Amino acid sequence: MAGFDKVVSSYEEALDGLEDNMTVIAGGFGLCGIPENLIKEIKRKGTKGLTIASNNAGVDGKGLGLLLEDKQIKKMIASYVGENALFEAQMMSGELEVELTPQGTLAEKMRAGGAGIPAFYTATGYGTPVGEGKETRVFDGRHYILEEALKGDFAIAKAWKADRFGNLMFRKTARNFNPMAITAGKISVVEVEEIVEVGELDPDEIHLPGIYVNRVILGTFAKDIEQRTVRSA
Amino acid sequence: MALTREQLAQRVAQEFQDGFYVNLGIGIPTLAANYIPNGMQVMLQSENGLLGMGQFPLDEEVDADLINAGKQTVTMVDGASLFSSAESFAMIRGGHVDLTVLGAFEVDCQGNIASYMIPGKLIKGMGGAMDLVAGADNIIVTMMHASKHGQSKLLSECTLPLTGKGCIKRVLTDLALMDIEGGKFVLRERAPGVSVEEIQTLTEGELVIPDHVPEMTF
Repeated sequence: MAGFDKVVSSYEEALDGLEDNMTVIAGGFGLCGIPENLIKEIKRKGTKGLTIASNNAGVDGKGLGLLLEDKQIKKMIASYVGENALFEAQMMSGELEVELTPQGTLAEKMRAGGAGIPAFYTATGYGTPVGEGKETRVFDGRHYILEEALKGDFAIAKAWKADRFGNLMFRKTARNFNPMAITAGKISVVEVEEIVEVGELDPDEIHLPGIYVNRVILGTFAKDIEQRTVRSA
Repeated sequence: MALTREQLAQRVAQEFQDGFYVNLGIGIPTLAANYIPNGMQVMLQSENGLLGMGQFPLDEEVDADLINAGKQTVTMVDGASLFSSAESFAMIRGGHVDLTVLGAFEVDCQGNIASYMIPGKLIKGMGGAMDLVAGADNIIVTMMHASKHGQSKLLSECTLPLTGKGCIKRVLTDLALMDIEGGKFVLRERAPGVSVEEIQTLTEGELVIPDHVPEMTF
Protein backbone atom coordinates (compact mmCIF):
# COMPACT_ATOMS: atom_id res chain seq x y z
CA MET A 1 0.00 0.00 0.00
CA ALA A 2 1.23 3.44 -0.84
CA GLY A 3 -0.41 6.84 -0.76
CA PHE A 4 -4.14 6.44 -1.20
CA ASP A 5 -3.94 2.90 -2.55
CA LYS A 6 -6.12 0.90 -0.15
CA VAL A 7 -5.97 -2.46 -1.89
CA VAL A 8 -4.61 -5.40 0.09
CA SER A 9 -3.94 -8.80 -1.40
CA SER A 10 -4.88 -11.27 1.33
CA TYR A 11 -7.66 -11.67 3.83
CA GLU A 12 -5.04 -12.12 6.52
CA GLU A 13 -3.70 -8.67 5.74
CA ALA A 14 -7.25 -7.31 5.48
CA LEU A 15 -7.94 -8.15 9.13
CA ASP A 16 -4.45 -7.57 10.50
CA GLY A 17 -4.75 -6.03 13.96
CA LEU A 18 -8.11 -7.56 14.85
CA GLU A 19 -7.76 -8.85 18.38
CA ASP A 20 -9.83 -10.56 21.06
CA ASN A 21 -12.53 -8.46 22.78
CA MET A 22 -12.70 -5.83 20.05
CA THR A 23 -15.89 -4.27 18.71
CA VAL A 24 -16.69 -4.96 15.06
CA ILE A 25 -19.37 -3.21 13.05
CA ALA A 26 -20.62 -5.29 10.15
CA GLY A 27 -22.65 -4.36 7.09
CA GLY A 28 -25.36 -6.50 5.53
CA PHE A 29 -29.07 -7.20 5.83
CA GLY A 30 -29.88 -10.86 6.35
CA LEU A 31 -27.42 -12.57 4.02
CA CYS A 32 -27.63 -9.73 1.48
CA GLY A 33 -24.52 -7.62 1.13
CA ILE A 34 -22.64 -9.31 3.96
CA PRO A 35 -18.83 -9.39 4.04
CA GLU A 36 -18.92 -13.15 3.80
CA ASN A 37 -15.20 -13.78 3.29
CA LEU A 38 -14.14 -11.36 6.03
CA ILE A 39 -16.45 -13.24 8.41
CA LYS A 40 -14.81 -16.51 7.34
CA GLU A 41 -11.41 -14.98 8.00
CA ILE A 42 -12.48 -14.01 11.54
CA LYS A 43 -13.55 -17.62 12.02
CA ARG A 44 -10.19 -18.86 10.73
CA LYS A 45 -8.28 -16.43 12.96
CA GLY A 46 -10.29 -17.63 15.95
CA THR A 47 -10.65 -14.13 17.41
CA LYS A 48 -12.77 -14.38 20.56
CA GLY A 49 -14.84 -12.22 22.88
CA LEU A 50 -16.06 -10.01 20.05
CA THR A 51 -18.83 -7.46 20.31
CA ILE A 52 -20.51 -7.31 16.93
CA ALA A 53 -23.00 -4.73 15.74
CA SER A 54 -24.92 -5.87 12.69
CA ASN A 55 -28.59 -5.77 11.73
CA ASN A 56 -28.77 -9.57 11.84
CA ALA A 57 -26.60 -12.40 13.11
CA GLY A 58 -26.62 -14.51 9.96
CA VAL A 59 -28.36 -17.86 9.90
CA ASP A 60 -27.14 -21.26 11.05
CA GLY A 61 -23.84 -21.95 9.29
CA LYS A 62 -23.88 -18.75 7.21
CA GLY A 63 -22.73 -15.18 7.67
CA LEU A 64 -22.15 -14.21 11.29
CA GLY A 65 -23.78 -17.53 12.24
CA LEU A 66 -20.35 -19.03 11.50
CA LEU A 67 -18.81 -17.14 14.42
CA LEU A 68 -21.29 -18.65 16.85
CA GLU A 69 -20.01 -22.15 16.17
CA ASP A 70 -16.78 -21.53 18.09
CA LYS A 71 -18.40 -19.03 20.45
CA GLN A 72 -16.39 -16.10 19.12
CA ILE A 73 -19.12 -13.55 19.79
CA LYS A 74 -19.53 -12.27 23.35
CA LYS A 75 -22.14 -9.64 22.59
CA MET A 76 -24.41 -9.01 19.64
CA ILE A 77 -26.06 -5.67 18.87
CA ALA A 78 -28.79 -6.36 16.31
CA SER A 79 -32.38 -5.58 15.38
CA TYR A 80 -33.50 -9.05 14.32
CA VAL A 81 -32.00 -12.39 15.23
CA GLY A 82 -34.59 -14.93 14.07
CA GLU A 83 -33.93 -17.95 11.85
CA ASN A 84 -30.84 -18.90 13.84
CA ALA A 85 -31.18 -21.84 16.24
CA LEU A 86 -27.60 -21.68 17.55
CA PHE A 87 -27.99 -17.97 18.27
CA GLU A 88 -31.18 -18.59 20.22
CA ALA A 89 -29.57 -21.42 22.20
CA GLN A 90 -26.52 -19.32 23.15
CA MET A 91 -28.71 -16.35 24.03
CA MET A 92 -31.05 -18.43 26.20
CA SER A 93 -28.12 -20.06 28.03
CA GLY A 94 -26.64 -16.64 28.75
CA GLU A 95 -23.37 -17.33 26.87
CA LEU A 96 -24.24 -14.63 24.38
CA GLU A 97 -25.27 -11.15 25.44
CA VAL A 98 -27.78 -9.52 23.10
CA GLU A 99 -28.72 -5.87 22.81
CA LEU A 100 -31.80 -5.69 20.62
CA THR A 101 -31.75 -2.33 18.88
CA PRO A 102 -34.41 -0.98 16.51
CA GLN A 103 -33.24 -1.15 12.92
CA GLY A 104 -33.42 2.57 12.20
CA THR A 105 -31.78 3.40 15.51
CA LEU A 106 -28.98 0.94 14.73
CA ALA A 107 -28.38 2.53 11.33
CA GLU A 108 -28.38 6.00 12.87
CA LYS A 109 -26.06 4.93 15.72
CA MET A 110 -23.54 3.81 13.10
CA ARG A 111 -24.05 6.94 11.02
CA ALA A 112 -23.64 9.14 14.09
CA GLY A 113 -20.53 7.20 15.15
CA GLY A 114 -18.92 7.90 11.80
CA ALA A 115 -20.07 11.51 11.68
CA GLY A 116 -18.76 12.65 15.06
CA ILE A 117 -22.19 12.94 16.67
CA PRO A 118 -21.98 11.34 20.13
CA ALA A 119 -25.72 10.80 20.60
CA PHE A 120 -29.10 11.74 19.15
CA TYR A 121 -32.74 11.89 20.21
CA THR A 122 -35.29 9.63 18.58
CA ALA A 123 -38.92 8.81 19.31
CA THR A 124 -38.25 5.20 18.37
CA GLY A 125 -38.44 2.98 21.45
CA TYR A 126 -39.88 5.55 23.84
CA GLY A 127 -42.09 3.77 26.40
CA THR A 128 -40.74 0.35 25.37
CA PRO A 129 -38.01 -1.89 26.83
CA VAL A 130 -35.55 -0.17 24.46
CA GLY A 131 -36.11 3.16 26.21
CA GLU A 132 -35.65 1.84 29.74
CA GLY A 133 -32.92 3.68 31.64
CA LYS A 134 -32.28 6.12 28.80
CA GLU A 135 -32.43 9.87 29.10
CA THR A 136 -35.64 11.33 27.69
CA ARG A 137 -36.62 14.75 26.52
CA VAL A 138 -39.76 16.38 25.17
CA PHE A 139 -39.63 18.35 21.92
CA ASP A 140 -42.85 19.93 20.63
CA GLY A 141 -44.89 17.84 23.03
CA ARG A 142 -43.42 14.52 21.94
CA HIS A 143 -41.18 12.20 23.95
CA TYR A 144 -37.75 11.20 22.65
CA ILE A 145 -34.99 9.01 24.03
CA LEU A 146 -31.27 9.67 23.83
CA GLU A 147 -29.39 7.03 21.87
CA GLU A 148 -25.60 6.93 21.81
CA ALA A 149 -23.48 6.56 18.72
CA LEU A 150 -21.66 3.34 17.88
CA LYS A 151 -18.04 3.05 16.89
CA GLY A 152 -16.03 -0.02 16.08
CA ASP A 153 -12.37 -0.97 16.41
CA PHE A 154 -13.02 -2.53 13.03
CA ALA A 155 -15.75 -2.28 10.42
CA ILE A 156 -16.24 -5.08 7.93
CA ALA A 157 -18.35 -4.46 4.87
CA LYS A 158 -19.16 -5.52 1.33
CA ALA A 159 -19.42 -3.24 -1.70
CA TRP A 160 -19.86 -3.89 -5.38
CA LYS A 161 -17.05 -1.88 -6.96
CA ALA A 162 -14.11 0.01 -5.58
CA ASP A 163 -11.32 1.96 -7.16
CA ARG A 164 -7.85 1.62 -5.68
CA PHE A 165 -8.46 4.71 -3.52
CA GLY A 166 -11.38 2.96 -1.81
CA ASN A 167 -14.13 4.99 -3.44
CA LEU A 168 -17.13 2.69 -3.40
CA MET A 169 -20.27 1.78 -5.27
CA PHE A 170 -22.86 -0.58 -3.87
CA ARG A 171 -25.34 -2.67 -5.79
CA LYS A 172 -29.12 -2.66 -5.26
CA THR A 173 -30.27 -3.58 -1.75
CA ALA A 174 -26.82 -4.97 -0.90
CA ARG A 175 -26.03 -1.40 0.13
CA ASN A 176 -28.15 -1.49 3.33
CA PHE A 177 -25.96 -0.96 6.45
CA ASN A 178 -22.64 -1.10 4.61
CA PRO A 179 -21.96 2.63 4.09
CA MET A 180 -22.69 3.55 7.74
CA ALA A 181 -20.79 0.56 9.09
CA ILE A 182 -17.71 1.64 7.12
CA THR A 183 -17.82 5.20 8.42
CA ALA A 184 -18.03 3.96 12.04
CA GLY A 185 -14.91 1.78 12.05
CA LYS A 186 -11.45 2.88 13.23
CA ILE A 187 -10.12 0.43 10.68
CA SER A 188 -12.65 -0.18 7.91
CA VAL A 189 -12.22 -3.14 5.64
CA VAL A 190 -14.31 -3.59 2.52
CA GLU A 191 -14.47 -6.62 0.26
CA VAL A 192 -15.65 -6.00 -3.27
CA GLU A 193 -16.57 -7.82 -6.46
CA GLU A 194 -14.49 -5.62 -8.69
CA ILE A 195 -11.56 -3.23 -8.31
CA VAL A 196 -11.08 -0.63 -11.01
CA GLU A 197 -8.33 1.85 -11.67
CA VAL A 198 -8.51 5.33 -10.19
CA GLY A 199 -10.47 7.63 -12.50
CA GLU A 200 -12.74 4.93 -13.84
CA LEU A 201 -15.59 5.62 -11.42
CA ASP A 202 -17.63 8.70 -12.21
CA PRO A 203 -17.16 10.93 -9.12
CA ASP A 204 -20.88 11.78 -9.28
CA GLU A 205 -21.77 8.13 -8.90
CA ILE A 206 -19.57 7.20 -5.97
CA HIS A 207 -21.81 6.15 -3.07
CA LEU A 208 -19.13 6.39 -0.38
CA PRO A 209 -15.85 8.32 -0.68
CA GLY A 210 -12.62 6.47 -0.01
CA ILE A 211 -11.76 8.71 2.93
CA TYR A 212 -13.77 6.34 5.13
CA VAL A 213 -12.06 3.20 3.83
CA ASN A 214 -8.77 1.77 5.09
CA ARG A 215 -8.48 -1.51 3.25
CA VAL A 216 -10.05 -2.96 0.13
CA ILE A 217 -9.86 -6.58 -0.90
CA LEU A 218 -11.15 -8.36 -3.98
CA GLY A 219 -13.38 -11.33 -3.14
CA THR A 220 -15.59 -13.94 -4.71
CA PHE A 221 -19.02 -14.30 -3.22
CA ALA A 222 -21.55 -17.10 -2.75
CA LYS A 223 -24.40 -14.57 -2.29
CA ASP A 224 -26.72 -16.98 -0.54
CA ILE A 225 -30.44 -16.20 -0.70
CA GLU A 226 -32.57 -16.62 2.43
CA GLN A 227 -36.00 -16.59 0.79
CA ARG A 228 -35.92 -17.40 -2.89
CA THR A 229 -39.37 -16.26 -4.00
CA VAL A 230 -40.34 -16.33 -7.67
CA ARG A 231 -43.46 -15.87 -9.75
CA SER A 232 -44.32 -18.05 -12.71
CA ALA A 233 -44.31 -16.56 -16.17
CA MET B 1 -67.45 -15.12 8.98
CA ALA B 2 -64.01 -13.99 10.06
CA LEU B 3 -61.98 -12.49 7.23
CA THR B 4 -59.48 -14.67 5.41
CA ARG B 5 -55.89 -13.51 4.96
CA GLU B 6 -56.76 -12.42 1.44
CA GLN B 7 -59.79 -10.43 2.61
CA LEU B 8 -57.70 -8.71 5.27
CA ALA B 9 -55.23 -7.76 2.54
CA GLN B 10 -58.07 -6.54 0.33
CA ARG B 11 -59.49 -4.38 3.10
CA VAL B 12 -56.04 -2.91 3.78
CA ALA B 13 -55.73 -2.06 0.10
CA GLN B 14 -58.93 0.00 0.32
CA GLU B 15 -56.90 2.44 2.45
CA PHE B 16 -54.43 3.10 -0.37
CA GLN B 17 -54.65 6.42 -2.17
CA ASP B 18 -53.20 7.44 -5.49
CA GLY B 19 -49.67 8.74 -5.00
CA PHE B 20 -49.12 7.07 -1.62
CA TYR B 21 -45.72 5.85 -0.48
CA VAL B 22 -46.53 2.73 1.57
CA ASN B 23 -44.52 0.43 3.82
CA LEU B 24 -46.03 -3.04 4.15
CA GLY B 25 -44.89 -5.31 6.96
CA ILE B 26 -44.14 -9.00 6.64
CA GLY B 27 -47.11 -11.40 6.27
CA ILE B 28 -50.66 -10.23 5.61
CA PRO B 29 -49.65 -6.58 4.99
CA THR B 30 -47.38 -7.71 2.13
CA LEU B 31 -50.36 -9.44 0.47
CA ALA B 32 -52.13 -6.07 0.20
CA ALA B 33 -49.78 -5.22 -2.68
CA ASN B 34 -51.77 -7.71 -4.77
CA TYR B 35 -54.92 -5.59 -4.42
CA ILE B 36 -53.73 -2.13 -5.45
CA PRO B 37 -56.70 -0.89 -7.53
CA ASN B 38 -56.15 -0.60 -11.28
CA GLY B 39 -55.08 2.84 -12.37
CA MET B 40 -53.83 3.79 -8.89
CA GLN B 41 -50.16 4.49 -8.35
CA VAL B 42 -48.75 3.28 -5.04
CA MET B 43 -45.01 3.10 -4.38
CA LEU B 44 -43.89 0.42 -1.94
CA GLN B 45 -41.06 1.17 0.46
CA SER B 46 -38.94 -1.67 1.77
CA GLU B 47 -36.92 -0.57 4.78
CA ASN B 48 -33.76 -2.41 3.74
CA GLY B 49 -33.27 0.33 1.17
CA LEU B 50 -35.71 0.23 -1.74
CA LEU B 51 -38.50 2.54 -2.80
CA GLY B 52 -40.50 1.12 -5.68
CA MET B 53 -40.61 -2.57 -4.90
CA GLY B 54 -42.09 -4.70 -7.67
CA GLN B 55 -43.42 -8.23 -7.83
CA PHE B 56 -41.46 -11.40 -7.24
CA PRO B 57 -38.93 -12.12 -9.98
CA LEU B 58 -39.20 -14.78 -12.66
CA ASP B 59 -36.83 -17.63 -11.96
CA GLU B 60 -34.24 -16.25 -14.38
CA GLU B 61 -34.52 -12.73 -12.92
CA VAL B 62 -33.61 -13.71 -9.34
CA ASP B 63 -30.89 -11.40 -8.00
CA ALA B 64 -29.36 -12.08 -4.57
CA ASP B 65 -28.61 -8.35 -4.27
CA LEU B 66 -32.28 -7.40 -4.56
CA ILE B 67 -34.44 -8.43 -1.63
CA ASN B 68 -37.20 -6.96 0.51
CA ALA B 69 -37.29 -6.50 4.28
CA GLY B 70 -38.61 -10.05 4.61
CA LYS B 71 -35.44 -11.24 2.83
CA GLN B 72 -37.49 -12.38 -0.17
CA THR B 73 -36.16 -11.86 -3.67
CA VAL B 74 -38.07 -9.07 -5.42
CA THR B 75 -37.92 -6.80 -8.47
CA MET B 76 -38.06 -3.03 -8.90
CA VAL B 77 -40.69 -0.99 -10.72
CA ASP B 78 -39.78 1.80 -13.14
CA GLY B 79 -39.01 4.87 -11.05
CA ALA B 80 -37.58 2.86 -8.16
CA SER B 81 -34.67 4.14 -6.10
CA LEU B 82 -32.09 2.50 -3.86
CA PHE B 83 -30.46 3.85 -0.72
CA SER B 84 -28.82 2.95 2.58
CA SER B 85 -30.57 1.85 5.77
CA ALA B 86 -29.87 5.24 7.36
CA GLU B 87 -31.57 7.02 4.46
CA SER B 88 -34.42 4.53 4.57
CA PHE B 89 -35.15 5.21 8.22
CA ALA B 90 -34.75 8.94 7.70
CA MET B 91 -37.72 8.60 5.35
CA ILE B 92 -39.63 6.58 7.91
CA ARG B 93 -38.79 8.62 11.02
CA GLY B 94 -39.13 11.86 9.13
CA GLY B 95 -42.77 11.06 8.39
CA HIS B 96 -42.37 10.85 4.62
CA VAL B 97 -44.09 7.48 4.27
CA ASP B 98 -47.83 8.00 3.81
CA LEU B 99 -49.08 4.68 5.15
CA THR B 100 -47.56 1.89 7.22
CA VAL B 101 -49.23 -1.48 7.65
CA LEU B 102 -47.92 -4.01 10.13
CA GLY B 103 -48.95 -6.92 12.31
CA ALA B 104 -49.18 -7.18 16.11
CA PHE B 105 -49.69 -9.60 18.99
CA GLU B 106 -51.68 -7.09 21.05
CA VAL B 107 -53.02 -3.53 20.76
CA ASP B 108 -54.66 -1.59 23.55
CA CYS B 109 -57.12 1.28 23.61
CA GLN B 110 -54.34 3.73 24.59
CA GLY B 111 -52.86 3.12 21.14
CA ASN B 112 -50.02 0.97 22.48
CA ILE B 113 -48.78 -1.91 20.37
CA ALA B 114 -46.88 -5.10 21.29
CA SER B 115 -45.55 -7.00 18.32
CA TYR B 116 -41.98 -8.15 18.79
CA MET B 117 -41.42 -10.20 21.89
CA ILE B 118 -43.07 -12.85 24.02
CA PRO B 119 -40.86 -13.08 27.13
CA GLY B 120 -39.46 -16.55 27.67
CA LYS B 121 -40.73 -17.74 24.33
CA LEU B 122 -40.08 -15.93 21.12
CA ILE B 123 -37.00 -13.74 20.92
CA LYS B 124 -36.42 -12.49 17.43
CA GLY B 125 -36.20 -8.74 17.72
CA MET B 126 -38.14 -5.74 16.57
CA GLY B 127 -36.43 -5.24 13.21
CA GLY B 128 -37.77 -1.98 11.83
CA ALA B 129 -41.16 -2.13 13.58
CA MET B 130 -40.30 0.28 16.42
CA ASP B 131 -39.06 2.90 13.99
CA LEU B 132 -42.09 2.40 11.75
CA VAL B 133 -44.65 2.84 14.54
CA ALA B 134 -42.76 5.82 15.98
CA GLY B 135 -42.29 7.52 12.63
CA ALA B 136 -45.58 7.07 10.82
CA ASP B 137 -48.69 9.12 11.38
CA ASN B 138 -50.93 6.84 9.40
CA ILE B 139 -50.61 3.25 10.59
CA ILE B 140 -52.93 0.30 10.17
CA VAL B 141 -52.33 -2.71 12.37
CA THR B 142 -53.56 -6.02 10.96
CA MET B 143 -54.05 -8.80 13.47
CA MET B 144 -56.28 -11.53 14.80
CA HIS B 145 -59.01 -10.21 17.07
CA ALA B 146 -58.60 -13.03 19.59
CA SER B 147 -56.44 -16.08 20.20
CA LYS B 148 -57.57 -19.56 19.18
CA HIS B 149 -58.82 -19.96 22.75
CA GLY B 150 -61.00 -16.86 22.46
CA GLN B 151 -58.72 -14.54 24.42
CA SER B 152 -58.96 -10.96 23.26
CA LYS B 153 -55.90 -9.28 21.75
CA LEU B 154 -57.59 -5.86 21.86
CA LEU B 155 -56.94 -4.92 25.42
CA SER B 156 -57.36 -2.16 27.96
CA GLU B 157 -53.61 -2.49 28.52
CA CYS B 158 -51.04 -4.51 26.59
CA THR B 159 -49.49 -7.34 28.63
CA LEU B 160 -46.43 -7.93 26.40
CA PRO B 161 -43.40 -5.63 26.02
CA LEU B 162 -44.37 -2.66 23.85
CA THR B 163 -43.16 -1.91 20.35
CA GLY B 164 -44.59 1.59 20.55
CA LYS B 165 -46.52 3.77 22.95
CA GLY B 166 -49.66 5.68 22.01
CA CYS B 167 -48.99 5.47 18.28
CA ILE B 168 -51.79 3.30 16.88
CA LYS B 169 -55.02 4.87 15.65
CA ARG B 170 -56.48 2.18 13.38
CA VAL B 171 -56.73 -1.59 13.77
CA LEU B 172 -58.03 -4.12 11.27
CA THR B 173 -58.74 -7.58 12.64
CA ASP B 174 -60.30 -10.66 11.12
CA LEU B 175 -63.58 -9.47 12.69
CA ALA B 176 -63.61 -5.68 12.63
CA LEU B 177 -62.13 -2.35 11.66
CA MET B 178 -61.68 -0.04 14.63
CA ASP B 179 -60.27 3.40 15.29
CA ILE B 180 -58.67 4.30 18.61
CA GLU B 181 -59.95 7.61 19.93
CA GLY B 182 -59.80 9.10 23.41
CA GLY B 183 -58.66 5.87 25.06
CA LYS B 184 -61.37 3.72 23.47
CA PHE B 185 -61.79 1.44 20.51
CA VAL B 186 -64.46 2.75 18.15
CA LEU B 187 -66.08 0.10 15.97
CA ARG B 188 -66.19 1.29 12.35
CA GLU B 189 -66.88 -1.80 10.27
CA ARG B 190 -67.51 -5.46 10.88
CA ALA B 191 -66.55 -8.49 8.82
CA PRO B 192 -69.45 -9.81 6.71
CA GLY B 193 -71.74 -11.96 8.86
CA VAL B 194 -70.02 -11.08 12.15
CA SER B 195 -72.30 -9.54 14.75
CA VAL B 196 -71.57 -6.52 16.88
CA GLU B 197 -72.16 -8.73 19.94
CA GLU B 198 -69.49 -11.19 18.88
CA ILE B 199 -66.98 -8.35 18.42
CA GLN B 200 -67.96 -6.88 21.78
CA THR B 201 -67.44 -10.24 23.52
CA LEU B 202 -63.97 -10.63 22.05
CA THR B 203 -62.83 -7.06 22.77
CA GLU B 204 -61.41 -6.68 26.25
CA GLY B 205 -60.63 -2.95 25.97
CA GLU B 206 -63.48 -0.43 26.06
CA LEU B 207 -65.42 -0.51 22.80
CA VAL B 208 -67.65 2.25 21.52
CA ILE B 209 -70.38 1.00 19.22
CA PRO B 210 -71.90 3.64 16.94
CA ASP B 211 -75.58 3.30 15.94
CA HIS B 212 -74.69 2.05 12.53
CA VAL B 213 -71.78 -0.34 11.99
CA PRO B 214 -71.65 -1.33 8.32
CA GLU B 215 -70.35 -4.64 7.04
CA MET B 216 -67.13 -4.49 5.05
CA THR B 217 -67.56 -4.71 1.33
CA PHE B 218 -65.06 -6.14 -1.11
